Amino acid sequence: MGRYNILNNQNNITPDGPASTPKVLSVINLQKVYGETVAVGGASFDVGRKEIVGLLGPNGAGKTTTINMILGVLEPTMGTIHIEGMDIAVHRSSALEITNFAAVYAPLPGNLTVYQNLRVFGLIYGVKNLSERIDLLLRQFDLWKFRDVKCGVLSSGEQTRACLVKALLNRPHLLLLDEPTASLDPAVSHDVRKKIREFAVQNGSGVLWTSHNMYEVEEVCDRVLFLSRGKILLEGDPKALPGEHGKETLEELFISLTRETLAPGDG
Amino acid sequence: MNFNRTAAIVLRQFYLMRDSFSRVLPLFAWVAVDIVLWGFITKYLNTLTSPGFDFVPVLLGAALLWDFFSRVMHGITMAFFEDVWSRNFLNIFASPLSITEYLTGLVATSIATSSIGLVVMLFLATAVFGLNFFTYGLMFVPFLLILFLFGIALGIFGSAVVLRFGPASEWFIWPVPALISPFVCVFYPLSTLPKWMQYLAHILPPSYVFEGMRTVVSGGAVPATALLWAGVLVLLYIFLACRFFMHVYQHALRTGLIARYSAESLS
Repeated sequence: MGRYNILNNQNNITPDGPASTPKVLSVINLQKVYGETVAVGGASFDVGRKEIVGLLGPNGAGKTTTINMILGVLEPTMGTIHIEGMDIAVHRSSALEITNFAAVYAPLPGNLTVYQNLRVFGLIYGVKNLSERIDLLLRQFDLWKFRDVKCGVLSSGEQTRACLVKALLNRPHLLLLDEPTASLDPAVSHDVRKKIREFAVQNGSGVLWTSHNMYEVEEVCDRVLFLSRGKILLEGDPKALPGEHGKETLEELFISLTRETLAPGDG
Repeated sequence: MNFNRTAAIVLRQFYLMRDSFSRVLPLFAWVAVDIVLWGFITKYLNTLTSPGFDFVPVLLGAALLWDFFSRVMHGITMAFFEDVWSRNFLNIFASPLSITEYLTGLVATSIATSSIGLVVMLFLATAVFGLNFFTYGLMFVPFLLILFLFGIALGIFGSAVVLRFGPASEWFIWPVPALISPFVCVFYPLSTLPKWMQYLAHILPPSYVFEGMRTVVSGGAVPATALLWAGVLVLLYIFLACRFFMHVYQHALRTGLIARYSAESLS
């Protein structure tokens, strides 16, 4: 596997298990296998309170598969996922009540207005004082003028912001963001990162964030996990990691790791 | 079972219908056309037969009941298809909503939509063609209830088929009422059918409804035992349909079908 050491898959998990940790998310030995293909091969990690963890990796590394398993829409072949100490396989509804997500591939239905969609999802997530919460978030994300506009006619950036509002509706303890700023311009991206950072700190929430924008990762993440072929290869502070591995930037490290781990013949 | 989450599913359908003429019109337009068509056919047939026999309750009443069943089934599948068409599965199934709450929401939506169709049909059949179900009083209720429950069972089954085989398979579901109508003796007595079709008719609850209705219309007593058996059968079908939906859902969780539903994977 070259110069980079594969991390012990049981890192950061206490022997007593997730119930005794203050972590928002604890993933232990997570595996997903489709026939002969290993999509995720025994990943273990956690996300603490007020912590933003970047999940990095090349296309097909298993990032979205991992997120889908945490969201309960994909059954792991092996391993456990605990959200606030609750096993997602046993306490699915309770665990997902304090979780939320935004992803470019899961837009809000285009045939309802922004407000109608948020009202529906607010009820599903059991949000208290829902109208006030919706209005507050719409103003925060500069969507107030689109309140009664159908989501389908919004620009991709506006739709992304509407998804983020939905993701924050229930003040989730665990927020999963799969490339949340992919369709946003740099200025809006900056604002969104700031708002999510503020949300995590004020609410004591943990955030798992995937992105291919290494500048963004360096700016927003407290810790990054580098995933390749379903395994976590590296973990650490995004600002310190490049230097520790003789690289100038996180992007350079990402490219180097990707080329090395995905090189032909490298199993 | 959380009432608010079920209400959210109904609210979403309410928003869709309130703002869409093309969704509201089919709730009553096609059944109204059917009642007018069968109304004139029965009037014409009444002129050909000897006085004393009235085709109105026999044929028009049967058409009305069959249309009601179709509306109940399509009420569920249409509500489900809305989530298919708007690619909303990930948002829905990655939330705290349980399958029971989701299906209950679809059934509640169907109660509302099919009731609109029923009221329009009863109004037209009574006011224009002189069909008066109300003369049968409460006897009418068990017949309607069995058709309603069978519509729910087939609606849930149809939704499961589309969840399993992908969006294009909805074309298997639309013609289901037409496919089973020859077997359930909507317009003719059971004895008309060949033996092999009679065997099938005996395991389909609507055939007891239509046989029973013909008995009542011709002055006989309500066939209580047959209706009771039909009631047992229809509850069994609902149970099996729910189990089938759950089985398909579990399969979708294992294969990742929900997360990549538009791919129409059959894996």
